[in-house]
Amino acid sequence: MLAAENISVIRGAKRILDQVSAAVRPGEFLAVIGPNGAGKSTLLHVLAGSLEPDEGASLLDRRTLSAWPARDLSRRRAVLTQSPSLGFALTALQLVLIGRSPHLGSHPGRADLRAAEAAMKEAGVAHLAERSYLTLSGGERQRVHIARVLSQLHTDEPGDRYLLLDEPTNNLDLGHQHLALSAARRMTERGVGIIAILHDPNHAVAYADRIHVLDRGRTYAEGAASEVMSEKMMSEVFEVRARILREAACERPYIVLSPGAKRSSAMIKPKGENDVHRHEPLPG
Amino acid sequence: MESTAAFAVLLHRQVQKTVLAIVIAALALAVICLVTIHAGAIQIPPGTALGLLAEQLGLASVDEGMRSLRTILIDIRLPRVALGILTGAGLAVAGVTLQGLFRNPLADPGLVGVSTGAATAAAAFIVLGWPLAEYLSAPVLRHALPVAAFAGGLLTTIVIYMVATREGRTDVATLLLAGVAINAMAGACIGLLVFLSAESELRDLNFWMLGSLNGITWERLVFAGPLILAATIALMRFARMLNALLLGEVEARHLGFDVERSKRCMILLVALTVGAIVALTGAIGFVGLVVPHLVRLMMGADHRALYPVSALLGACLVLLADLFARIIVVPAELPIGIVTSVLGGPFFLWLLLRQKAQGAF
Repeated sequence: MLAAENISVIRGAKRILDQVSAAVRPGEFLAVIGPNGAGKSTLLHVLAGSLEPDEGASLLDRRTLSAWPARDLSRRRAVLTQSPSLGFALTALQLVLIGRSPHLGSHPGRADLRAAEAAMKEAGVAHLAERSYLTLSGGERQRVHIARVLSQLHTDEPGDRYLLLDEPTNNLDLGHQHLALSAARRMTERGVGIIAILHDPNHAVAYADRIHVLDRGRTYAEGAASEVMSEKMMSEVFEVRARILREAACERPYIVLSPGAKRSSAMIKPKGENDVHRHEPLPG
Repeated sequence: MESTAAFAVLLHRQVQKTVLAIVIAALALAVICLVTIHAGAIQIPPGTALGLLAEQLGLASVDEGMRSLRTILIDIRLPRVALGILTGAGLAVAGVTLQGLFRNPLADPGLVGVSTGAATAAAAFIVLGWPLAEYLSAPVLRHALPVAAFAGGLLTTIVIYMVATREGRTDVATLLLAGVAINAMAGACIGLLVFLSAESELRDLNFWMLGSLNGITWERLVFAGPLILAATIALMRFARMLNALLLGEVEARHLGFDVERSKRCMILLVALTVGAIVALTGAIGFVGLVVPHLVRLMMGADHRALYPVSALLGACLVLLADLFARIIVVPAELPIGIVTSVLGGPFFLWLLLRQKAQGAF
């Protein structure tokens, strides 16, 4: 299990994360949703082991991440950060093979090639293998990075594996958004645990087993989609008016936003300064 | 299965391209070596040179008439060729490393302060060190200058590194800016020393500022050569790590690399390489900047290809520039730094303009 236990991250007087706990089991898909600045990416970095929390601990198999040798950790979990950049000319295949670094000897072997190819097919970029990264579009680049993190987790070694995704649908068109999330979903069938920061609540509902709602550094709610998704939550956390459709035929709810749903910014005090406003009834 | 084969072909093609580039660059280097040995105030034909070498190794004997050339070949031309190869390869490899580390194609070995630090120490030694002459014997004094330069270079790099490091993490952007600041200060120091210097000292100072392969002996090369070679080879082992670093430091850490430790190692190795080179040759500009840049344009950014090809091409470039510096104003010599900058500057501009035309900015 990959878990964060009572994590706080403090920068100056601000608590970016305040006593947050989150955990994902092998084969489970956990979505993290929340407004900008809620601390989602910070939580992901803590779970990735690239950020040491000021309070609490993050654990993989009950062992703190900082106690894991970097290379062992990198065979067990892969991380897609929000905007990985690359200003140099590598081909897509070379880039995906960099994702194989934790497994490589001095040169990529057959297993690495197979992993790279499978991952590139999953992410829909196999046909781009020879292309220079610099000539790819934003969406194509994002998919190549997704292929890179998928290939990092292709292994027959024992031990559960985890995939951490920070807004994996960035820059992707509608079809490729679903391709990317389906690829992640398929990883769960192989026992990989997924933690994904998602912007679209309907993506979270459709693909995740559980949803963790972060608001201003704190856990607002966590649970199955049907428990977490409510008009009250959408209003209090995202400050939008939304309707939650629950059809008897569908097991999952569907969120529909009302037009012009974002409350006017004049009504919202700067976050953290005054919490009174968000408990007031919404206009209309 | 079938398409894995297609991927294997792609990968194989990349390896082939690298090997081909290495072979071509190595052949070019061999030809340039022969030409460099041949050319000069006294010419030594390649056949004679090979004969003399064979004799030196006890494999053959040559005519008495050629023996007069032996001193020129063995004691002057050959150490110079060896130094040229080490200098070019070392500067290019240091350039590849820093450009990868800073993720900036315009980074140059001079940026971590080692060149100017060494030049400042050398200048201080030349201008202010004369009281030492009374206490030190001549052979010690001869080695004291490069040692002072080497120490100055290393010290400057360590200072810059410490400025940019907090709680065990080194911020490369701060490192770069600290380098700019320290370089400016060192430049002012050198200016002041030039102002204070006597006429005869000015000539020595000039050598340090512009660089030259002149006056190298086996005796000196025995100390610095192995150091440059070892540090250069050690740097080339960071190729895969630098590939991962292209994605950013956090990504490289996620891929299981110990980024901080490697950064420390790489900066130290660059300082050792460039410090030893500068101690022997003075500051030779542009090689560490232009060569990696050019090779990246031809080969792409994979450091496993970038390192060996840059090393060979750097060696070629320095030998050619030295050849040019030696023969253009025979029997005098131009400082090699003038040649590399005169050739390197416009070439670099052309590269930039070409990139602009391709919209690659």
